[in-house]
Amino acid sequence: MHTSRPPAISVTGLRKSYGTHPVLSGIDLTIPQGTIFSLLGPNGAGKTTTVQILSTLIKPDAGDIRVAGHDPAKEPDHVRAAIGVTGQFSAIDTFLTGEENLRLMADLLHLGRTPGRRRAHELLERFDLTDAAHQPAATYSGGMRRRLDLAMTLVGTPRLIFLDEPTTGLDPRSRRTMWQIVKDLVRQNGVTIFLTTQYLEEADQLADHIALLSQGRLVAHGTPDELKRLVPGGHIAVRFTDENAYRRALHHLGATTHDDATLTAHLPHTGGVKTLKNLLDRLDTHAIDVAELTVHTPDLDDVFLTLTKEPAP
Amino acid sequence: MTTTPTTTTTTTATTTTVTATVTATAMRAITDSATMTRRQLKHLWRYPTLILTYTGVPVVFLLLFVYVFGGTMGAGIGGDRATYVGYLTPGIIVTAIAGAAQGTAISVAIDMTEGIIARFKTMAIARVSVLTGHVLGALVQNFIAITTVTLVAVLIGFRSAASALDWLGVIGLLAMFTFAITWLSVALAMVTKNVATASNLPMPLMVLPFLGSGFVPPESMPAPLRWFAEHQPFTPVIETLRELLAGRPAGTTFLAAAAWSAVIALGSYLWARKLYNR
Repeated sequence: MHTSRPPAISVTGLRKSYGTHPVLSGIDLTIPQGTIFSLLGPNGAGKTTTVQILSTLIKPDAGDIRVAGHDPAKEPDHVRAAIGVTGQFSAIDTFLTGEENLRLMADLLHLGRTPGRRRAHELLERFDLTDAAHQPAATYSGGMRRRLDLAMTLVGTPRLIFLDEPTTGLDPRSRRTMWQIVKDLVRQNGVTIFLTTQYLEEADQLADHIALLSQGRLVAHGTPDELKRLVPGGHIAVRFTDENAYRRALHHLGATTHDDATLTAHLPHTGGVKTLKNLLDRLDTHAIDVAELTVHTPDLDDVFLTLTKEPAP
Repeated sequence: MTTTPTTTTTTTATTTTVTATVTATAMRAITDSATMTRRQLKHLWRYPTLILTYTGVPVVFLLLFVYVFGGTMGAGIGGDRATYVGYLTPGIIVTAIAGAAQGTAISVAIDMTEGIIARFKTMAIARVSVLTGHVLGALVQNFIAITTVTLVAVLIGFRSAASALDWLGVIGLLAMFTFAITWLSVALAMVTKNVATASNLPMPLMVLPFLGSGFVPPESMPAPLRWFAEHQPFTPVIETLRELLAGRPAGTTFLAAAAWSAVIALGSYLWARKLYNR
């Protein structure tokens, strides 16, 4: 219904070099509004450089870029008014308290005194920082800092949010809290999120679309499932109720490997629904009872390692 | 016939729009700079260690030079310890400004290496406000340091013969020179990405009052040093302060001090802006 809405970000032929060292060698991206996009890649792939260019911090060497409908190089203030950035390094003022940090943002965004105070309190509550509101941010834990950081980004209710490695260095619990916050943002506020991460699980959990960046090039993009199908290694495991069914199945199904101890047969799975339907049909025809059937798709780790082969150091 | 009034109206409208835009931009720069200045003052209020350190150093210098060297120094300028307090105080005031410059450089350098600067740069705020906030915050710090040093000088016997008009001149001159040195330290703080290095770059400023007329008359120095002392920016500032505080007309040294301040302020502002935008 919103197909006519312009994309939140569109990038064609983005290039950036530092001296003779190319960092980004021709990137193309289109990110629809209201979606989570994840740029995934190992350290040094060019993720942060991409965020810095899209968020007006540095200028590209070449490329046609539109962020929230504006060219970051030509109309930086129009882009800045539409975006919020939570960088890789915590962008909070550690000398100020949590509330003062939020009020600082409200003042810089000219929200006015009373609305600014209200917004700060709202965000402190939403990010579970009310108790620590009057303590200097220097005393905050890693997870609290990240939450305050994101809260500061949200003071101006941006339509497009950049999150550069938002959970790097966080413990598993804080990481999950952060994921929930990001999911809620898109669901409740309809914002677009551009997320970079080196964690495959994070991209898998959050992103509608993933692009894999390796040595300054996009080596793959698609939904998490599409990416997983790019690499071989998927299989179906069928566990049978009894020895008899197991033996008959091996005879009829042509399993690649099997495990007599657990009565389990493994069959190749190319990822299509057809393979699965075919298998179920055959089991049905031969009236073989199945205890458990699981489909193993390759996880993003397989994709990552296969597609982002870095040259040996 | 009818086209002329129409054109005039359009031009007026355009001019009005442009004026409105310029006014809005200027208003935004003022509001944002005020916000950033409040931020600096909160830092200062919450963590006064930096300002205490940089106020402490000139106070220690003052006491050392008056009570340890003062007798000999006073005799050297044809008087006694009390005479030397009068001679020294302007030099110590300027040393306080040079000392505070280091504090400013540290606070700017810390800011530039933290993630918060990236946040400010990606917000639609008046770009220069981050720096003007630092400069205005530093002016307050300098005011505190200068007042403290002057009060200590009065406690140990410094007396001024300045009229109200002379005091106005003193305040004006100190404001100009502090403004200039502060912009210089802001620029120096951004030369490197390393806080330790950046904070040490304004250190030579602390030596300049010694290599000028801050502690002893340049006439007593060897020829090359004397030449340097007589031609560097701190000397006319110190001399002007000395004359005004003694209730004597400052004349041309005031103009030289004002000219140096203007040149340093403008050059450093442009340099700082360039470094900030790179």
